[in-house]
Amino acid sequence: MIHWYSIFSLVSAMICAPFLKGVIARTKAILSGRMGASVFQPYFDLWRIFQKKSVYSKTTSWIFKTGPVIYFVTILIALFFLPLGNLPAILQFQGDFIVLIYLLGLGRFFMVIAALDTGSSFEGMGASREVFFAFFAEIILFLCFITLSLLTKVLSLAEIHFILSDGLWLNTGVVLFLVVVALFVVFLIENSRIPFDDPNTHLELTMIHEVMILDHSGPELGLILYASQLKVWIFGLILLGIAVPFDPQVGVFNVVVVMAGMILLSLIVGVIESVTARLKLFKISQFLIGAMTISMLALILALGGR
Amino acid sequence: MVHLLEVIFVLVMLNNQMLLSSSRLVYCIKLVAFQGVILSLIPIILAHQGITLHVLCFATIVFVLKGIIFPKLLLRALRVADVKREVEPIIGFTSSALLGILILGLSFWISSKYTNIETAINFLTLPTALYTILVGLFLIICRKKALMQVVGYLVLENGIYIFGVALLKEIPLLIEIGVLLDIFVAIFVMGIATYHISQEFETTDVDQLNTLRG
Amino acid sequence: MSLLFFGLGLLIVSGIVSLFTSRYHRLSIIAGCSGTVVGCLMGLIPAINVLGGKEYMPVHFNWNMIYGSFSVGLDGLSAFFLLIILSVSLLAAIFGSRYLYQYVHEKKLGVSWFFFNILVFSMALVVIAQDSILFLIAWEIMSLSSFFLVTFDNKKEEVKKAGYIYFLATHLSTVFLLIFFLLLDHFTGSLQFTGTLPHLNLSLSNTNLLFLFGFIGFGIKAGFVPFHIWLPEAHPAAPSNVSAVMSGVMIKTGIYGLIRVLMLLGTPMIWWAWLIIIVGFLSGVLGVLFAIAQHDLKRLLAYHSVENIGIILLGMGLGLLGICYQSSSLMLLGFLGCLLHILNHAVFKSLLFLGAGSVLHATGVKEINRLGGLIKQMPITAAVFLIGAVAISGLPPLNGFISEFLIYLGAFKGTAGQNAEIILPALIIIIGLTTIGGLAALCFTKVVGCVFLGQSRSSEARAASETGYLMLLPMIILAGGCFVISLCSHQIIKWVVPIVTQITGLETKLALDITHNTADILSLVVWIFACFIGIVLVISFLRKSLIEKQEVDDLPTWGCGYKVSSPRFQYTASSFAQPLIKFFGVILRKQKHLEYQGVDLFPKKTSFKTHTKDVFMSAIYYPLFKSIKKVLSGFLWLQYGRIHLYVLYVALTIIGLLIWYIGLS
Repeated sequence: MIHWYSIFSLVSAMICAPFLKGVIARTKAILSGRMGASVFQPYFDLWRIFQKKSVYSKTTSWIFKTGPVIYFVTILIALFFLPLGNLPAILQFQGDFIVLIYLLGLGRFFMVIAALDTGSSFEGMGASREVFFAFFAEIILFLCFITLSLLTKVLSLAEIHFILSDGLWLNTGVVLFLVVVALFVVFLIENSRIPFDDPNTHLELTMIHEVMILDHSGPELGLILYASQLKVWIFGLILLGIAVPFDPQVGVFNVVVVMAGMILLSLIVGVIESVTARLKLFKISQFLIGAMTISMLALILALGGR
Repeated sequence: MVHLLEVIFVLVMLNNQMLLSSSRLVYCIKLVAFQGVILSLIPIILAHQGITLHVLCFATIVFVLKGIIFPKLLLRALRVADVKREVEPIIGFTSSALLGILILGLSFWISSKYTNIETAINFLTLPTALYTILVGLFLIICRKKALMQVVGYLVLENGIYIFGVALLKEIPLLIEIGVLLDIFVAIFVMGIATYHISQEFETTDVDQLNTLRG
Repeated sequence: MSLLFFGLGLLIVSGIVSLFTSRYHRLSIIAGCSGTVVGCLMGLIPAINVLGGKEYMPVHFNWNMIYGSFSVGLDGLSAFFLLIILSVSLLAAIFGSRYLYQYVHEKKLGVSWFFFNILVFSMALVVIAQDSILFLIAWEIMSLSSFFLVTFDNKKEEVKKAGYIYFLATHLSTVFLLIFFLLLDHFTGSLQFTGTLPHLNLSLSNTNLLFLFGFIGFGIKAGFVPFHIWLPEAHPAAPSNVSAVMSGVMIKTGIYGLIRVLMLLGTPMIWWAWLIIIVGFLSGVLGVLFAIAQHDLKRLLAYHSVENIGIILLGMGLGLLGICYQSSSLMLLGFLGCLLHILNHAVFKSLLFLGAGSVLHATGVKEINRLGGLIKQMPITAAVFLIGAVAISGLPPLNGFISEFLIYLGAFKGTAGQNAEIILPALIIIIGLTTIGGLAALCFTKVVGCVFLGQSRSSEARAASETGYLMLLPMIILAGGCFVISLCSHQIIKWVVPIVTQITGLETKLALDITHNTADILSLVVWIFACFIGIVLVISFLRKSLIEKQEVDDLPTWGCGYKVSSPRFQYTASSFAQPLIKFFGVILRKQKHLEYQGVDLFPKKTSFKTHTKDVFMSAIYYPLFKSIKKVLSGFLWLQYGRIHLYVLYVALTIIGLLIWYIGLS
């Protein structure tokens, strides 16, 4: 089903996504005792980057130039599957979350080969770690979706969000809580947040996502940064839709609730980033296995409850 | 009230998972203490005739024994025997965590086949009990350090305790005091034995204790 | 149908002509290749007709052999497989005409063309045969001709060894199939292989026995785990056009056979579905894990064939689950996904093998860690290989995603449905597909990145140049096929559904309903893909036109200011895959060989190699065969190597048989 009027959710995503990054950065700054940049700084950064020239290396080929474009377009299309509060998603059909997850996988594929295209071992290292951790993150995402479809008996992301109203929370609260915890871990790793990766530096210590995009510059870099901000919005919205039951009677107020929820989420992420340190690389895979066992536990509980 | 019980059981399950994948002894001892504490809340929740003195006494005894005394004993043995604070596993931690999930699935499957046992209290009681017992056994089999095996034994006893709760609607005081006394004696003996073993030999690694035979 | 026979006859005739003219190289290549092309084209026409709805009468003649008859027929399933076989062989032949030219001074190419045409002929005969004896004859011809093709380059020791392993495996498969057909004849008295026989009234244990023998026999050919060990030996050893045909098409005949067995035996048991799902899960996951640990390009692709057979089995298992539990959507989606993946895998796997052949032809190097930077020298090969890599990882917008999506949809419907017993196997299918997808993407980013991108790691890679148009043309057609199949999938499934109803016995009205729903979903998906490709093209065009003039294009890689002295400092394929190989160390067991000669004034030459052996080979088969050898070497005394003794044995046996016959009558 196609709902064209939900174009509002797409537009609001594209406008508000950089704002969340600004909130996270401001939270971290205040917690470390600084004033920090304005919450609207990412908008100015994007505007500035898009006006610069691109510099390409001799070693790279057309894949390096096309990678960021494909990454951006996959995330743009992924936005079509997300509902906003009460508004249904632009595209809704059975199995749409499968297309969503695989689209993100396609974006990642091209970013990884764009990184390998530069012929530098730094980017190669980042690429290798990125695909390794993405393997776990995808499994956890699928396990969570299986659990949700077991509980709600529908196969479309937007419909899952609609059915997860307060009635279901009372009955199956424990399972949903575990799913939210697992999805939060996926949120952190897909968006390269501490404790998995530091989005601000690309030193060897924190080399996963940031280091893959070292050689990009100019408008390509702008596309990548904007796409990462949109990815935060996507995962945040998936998480919020499960954690917060929306009452269909309330109408437009739901949009306000969503915005407040996203800002709250950004604040929480900012706090976590200021308080924890990045895990040792070996521990990251253990942590992910832990999240995987939590989602498997949720799945078994949902199965047992039938 | 039913839902509070569900929360407790899920916490126990998560607790077991963390025990399987943790590598620090002190953390494991604290986890087992926490498990004892939340299990002591069960009789209070299940009190059908209201919270009588009998129920309160029982809960307090369980709380004190499992939550305070046993962990303190273990920590003291840890300090006196001066062991290295890391658990040495025979199966790696990642594999243990995944095996733990398999064991959980197994206990759910077995419980679903035992439909003649009245699990009227909650559908999660029997699986949690089986799971805790199996995790306790797993820890005893697959960890090399003697202290970790004692922790496994405690988890096993917790599992039997939950099993008792599942089968008996009310908890006859005599049986429970008997069970607790049995644990008390076992821990006491193990604590003393560990202390003396470590006095005589350098290590409490059970793997090496088999050099004593012959 | 007569067109098909003409086509097949032309194949044999051109093969023989090519054999006899092998002294005149150009003539034999042209004879062989054009014969294949025209023969395949002629054979394709009846196949497409059947898929479009026309029906052909089966042809039946009795012949002079004691058993069996020449009975062939072209129903929907046969036509589907015939289409795949003929089109891929056609393209591989065009590729081979140029590729094999590099061997023209060492070998007689006519022999190779003869066997290639015989192989295509036998594969076509396998899928149209309706009589058991004819099927077995065609199967055996297929095995023998492919053996001769695999050992084409027989000067090399490893090719000979691979040939022996392949010969052994394929004949083991024939043995199991022989037992299967004997049992079938014994239980039912009929040699008819196709069509369901609902009046069989076989006892339960007989049906199970038949299924088991059929499963193992066809499984060895198709490459299920644990029977897959011949695949990673034989496919790299063969020349690339033959590998493409073997991997893309020949192993699918095993799947064809299994589907026929299932149709023959009627209602399946639940344990069959479980067995197929578990074998599919193991093949998929283990196949891709072993693939990640390989350095040799073609060996890696061979393991990926094992993985994709796993995916096909998962779809088949889902369909069988649907039949057992009477769930029509599961039945339809499972088999639809299975059949579509067979088609898709044939397309992209042959594309990848032909691409690997191109790379091998241009550089002479098989090892990934010594290649690199080929995209600048071989841009078209790189582009089509990239399309194949994206397709095999199951990523949108290409065809691999569509078949996996259908299987996912079916499995999710199973979990969200009413029947509680379907949930656990459906869960295994979903988790299997996820794991396989994630690992396949890892493997192919590694392959594309290390073979084509970055800087060249060796002088052979630096000296490469683009291959000729005869080799590029089939690859471009296959790559285009990937796009076309994906973008027309909502139409294609409508043509495949009649075959599925034939396999499962689902009634047409119900099938049409589900097909409509699925086609709606797929058409939405196809629109998304089309929009995706469109937006990407638009943005790329904008980018090119707006900022092309402002680009600075000739600086070295920044890489955080890290200057390296040699291209060998780049990340290699082994280092890329190292975190994963370490994580799965229990299964993969990588072995390291370090040659360290110490340091006196300057460091002496040091080398480090890693190697991952196939666990099944080293832990199961080698010990098994060694112990068999030990037991059988007790009979070594029978072999004196003297002809007199052997003739004595023959004479004694004849006399013994004559006396026994007298005793019997």
